[in-house]
Amino acid sequence: MLKTTPFHERTAALCVSHAWRRWAGYIVASSYELSHEREYHAIRAAAALFDVSPLYKYMLRGRDAARLLDRVVTRDVLRSQPGQVLYTPWCDAAGKVIDDGTVARLDETVFRMTAAEPNLRWLEANALGLEVSIEDVSESIAALSLQGPNSRAILEALGELPPLRYFRLAETRLRGIPVSVSRTGYTGDLGFEIWVSAESALALWDALVDAGTPYGLQPAGMLALDVARIEAGLMLIDVDYVPARKALIESQTSSPYELDLGWAVNLGKEQFVGRQALAVEKERGAQWQFVGLEVGWEDLERLHAEAGLATRLPQQAWRMSVPIYSGVEQKGYATSGGWSPLLKRYIALAHLRAPWAKPGTPLDMEITVEHRRRRAAARVVKKPFFDPERKRS
Amino acid sequence: MKHYDVIVIGGGHNGLVCAAYLARAGKRVLVLERREQVGGAAVSEEVFPGFRFSVFSYVVSLLRPEIIRELDLPRHGLHILPLESTVTPLPEGGYLAQWNDHDQNRRELARHSLRDAEAYDEFGLLLHQMARIIKPILRMAPPDPASLKPRELLELLRLGRHFGNIGEKRFNALWKLLTMSSADYLDEWFETEALKATKSASGIIGTLLGPRSPGTAYVLLHHYMGELDGVFRAWGFAKGGNGSVSAAIAGAAQSFGAEIRTNASVSNVLVKNGRATGVALEGGEEMSADVVVSGADPRRTFLGLVGEKHLPEPFVQSIRRFKFRGASAKVNLALGELPDFSCLPGRGPHLRGAISVSPSVAYLERAYDDAKYGQFSRRPYMDIVIPSMLDPGMAPPGKHVMSIFVQYAPYQQRGGWTDERREALGDAVIDTLCEYAPNLKSAILHRQVITPADIERIVGLSEGNIFQGELSLQQMFFLRPTPAWARYRTPIEGLWQCGSGTHPGGGVMGAAGRNAAFELLRESR
Repeated sequence: MLKTTPFHERTAALCVSHAWRRWAGYIVASSYELSHEREYHAIRAAAALFDVSPLYKYMLRGRDAARLLDRVVTRDVLRSQPGQVLYTPWCDAAGKVIDDGTVARLDETVFRMTAAEPNLRWLEANALGLEVSIEDVSESIAALSLQGPNSRAILEALGELPPLRYFRLAETRLRGIPVSVSRTGYTGDLGFEIWVSAESALALWDALVDAGTPYGLQPAGMLALDVARIEAGLMLIDVDYVPARKALIESQTSSPYELDLGWAVNLGKEQFVGRQALAVEKERGAQWQFVGLEVGWEDLERLHAEAGLATRLPQQAWRMSVPIYSGVEQKGYATSGGWSPLLKRYIALAHLRAPWAKPGTPLDMEITVEHRRRRAAARVVKKPFFDPERKRS
Repeated sequence: MKHYDVIVIGGGHNGLVCAAYLARAGKRVLVLERREQVGGAAVSEEVFPGFRFSVFSYVVSLLRPEIIRELDLPRHGLHILPLESTVTPLPEGGYLAQWNDHDQNRRELARHSLRDAEAYDEFGLLLHQMARIIKPILRMAPPDPASLKPRELLELLRLGRHFGNIGEKRFNALWKLLTMSSADYLDEWFETEALKATKSASGIIGTLLGPRSPGTAYVLLHHYMGELDGVFRAWGFAKGGNGSVSAAIAGAAQSFGAEIRTNASVSNVLVKNGRATGVALEGGEEMSADVVVSGADPRRTFLGLVGEKHLPEPFVQSIRRFKFRGASAKVNLALGELPDFSCLPGRGPHLRGAISVSPSVAYLERAYDDAKYGQFSRRPYMDIVIPSMLDPGMAPPGKHVMSIFVQYAPYQQRGGWTDERREALGDAVIDTLCEYAPNLKSAILHRQVITPADIERIVGLSEGNIFQGELSLQQMFFLRPTPAWARYRTPIEGLWQCGSGTHPGGGVMGAAGRNAAFELLRESR
């Protein structure tokens, strides 16, 4: 049956909407309140608390742990510093993305990896001949994500928080509970992710809610997170790309270059899975680009006015494949999008054929207005849509 | 003497499918069925008062979707209810379940092995791709590689191109499936014994081969080809039992104008100057037809109904060599209460799915060992469903029917099949099952045991082989039933074959009947 996370006792009591969704075989709240609106605004204006326990988590220990990860992921793990976290994709031999997640170096020889899909078999398959132990700690470690401008103040109220820079982590205690805190998140805001043993999960939740309430802390669900991650231009597996292992046909697969993750591919590394194919692709240039799109308000308004309606905007972020045109020809497709309540813009993440992916390129996105398919003017814009200074602080 | 365009011998599901398509094309068709009801091995009978059974074949999956669509079988009463799970009880009191829901299934497999839970999706994806490659072949009359006929050459060329286009990686994977044993193949993927055993069991069904016999991996794939509502490898149960599959096809055939006569046992095909001219019934009645199509298996058709004297010697030899070797039996139980499995007590959702007694590959191979030496397995492999859980109409309210597919029960039984031996087999089945569900013995109200000899006697399948001939690689595709005669034609002009003994083989699939009808219609145009 579906599992509940170690925080379920608390989250269930808060979930007055009874809106749950599946995530990796667990149920998590879509929104706690009847609408996700307040939860979204807490991310940008105060602080939001997400239960992200369903992430797959692995501990890698041993002399060759760094070598294994360096062999698997596209970024340079060997040169990472203890206390550093890398966001990275990883690929199959054909250079197609299998999954994306983080690699945290806890120590010279100890790493914690997070993933959206199970990867134990993949890690083991690549560990042949290496001195490394791989432990699946997905169930024994619970995780919370504390995001928003007040998140640092809340943690500081709970204990000794070492000064943490962007993508750094530290082991510490929050109100006496041993935790690992990383300066990371999935919202494009100031934020932290907190890793705790499942037994201490409820105590940690209580401490955070207690210390956070004066700072406007709001437990938030996946609907709010979805809006924030689109604003941040962050892609989502199974929504914005099909992992290579699940692809039924080759055209469903994507390389990191096609997902705008070229910056995370270190071809300077001697060897890693997919390197050869990726070197060829870099040389040749990716055929697809993953870009931000902004749908023009004037056109939205005009199309609705033609139907005798005031402009209607999506109430939630959507996740489906929406055709994008240049003139009469389809040049790509958007995979997630929605209205940004903060930016007051209709934004989307889209895959476009490379020649049409330059910022400023005028395009059309299909929208349905009163049962009719129409096309609204859109243009390519730089990601992230929302990029506050505090994100890197 | 009455004259028809086509006479179909045997009202099994393939005969009926063939008749339906021919009648749809405007042919005057007569189906002759020896028994009192159509269906062949796909029949439902009230064996005990109030208890209905799919006496022989018992699940639906392989039935081609195009047949359901083209004959509009739902309009003729076909309603397929999904079977959602497979549970394998383990001797130590645990179990392994495979559920339809992806999350639930992954969670369950992870309980046994995190690696297997991960490998499962990849394995499924690969077999899905392999099934997609093979599927188009199911719908074609296999071209003879030795033929020089333009049409067959063209088809061979197309086939060559089809395989040329699948890519090296997939071709290699396919080659492995064609040559390996199912156990060896699964060893490459999984580590959980019960998972390997339960999966490899689909590779041995109906065949006198063990999970470690080479070639069985392909049969595994054959079972992956089942499809319901676009979902591959989905299994279902026909409301009313498998007899309602046959009844729906018969209904469709009749709606197109086909005539169906039951209690009409054909004694022989009438052959004049090397040409089939009609059939003679056992009572002496004769009827003539332009074309005679036999739904019976190759041995029965050629050595029985036609007779060796009308056939070329090499052909007769090769039909004689066609392997049947029935390997499976069936036990049907009327139950006063549900079985209570020690590993999953009570009336859980597992009782709505299949229960597979296949705890390990070694268990299956040991069961095969008995069969190799002419004995039924003392502890057999079993595939169990409780149809009354899905369709309450199969049993009186509160009571149940249980269908147990049993393997191995070889046709060639040392000393032959006797009444005592049949009951001894029934006892072995119940004793084995009671190890997992101790209340079973006391829950049994009635018991029906069907050996391969019974299948042969009642349904007419030679040696009781459920596929009308072993589904092994040397008897597939352009070799089924014999080289040069795999395109539903026979050495006798005007005589055709449409049973599971022809390509693509058995299971309640209907593909052979449909392919035969299309070939026949193409020729007569």
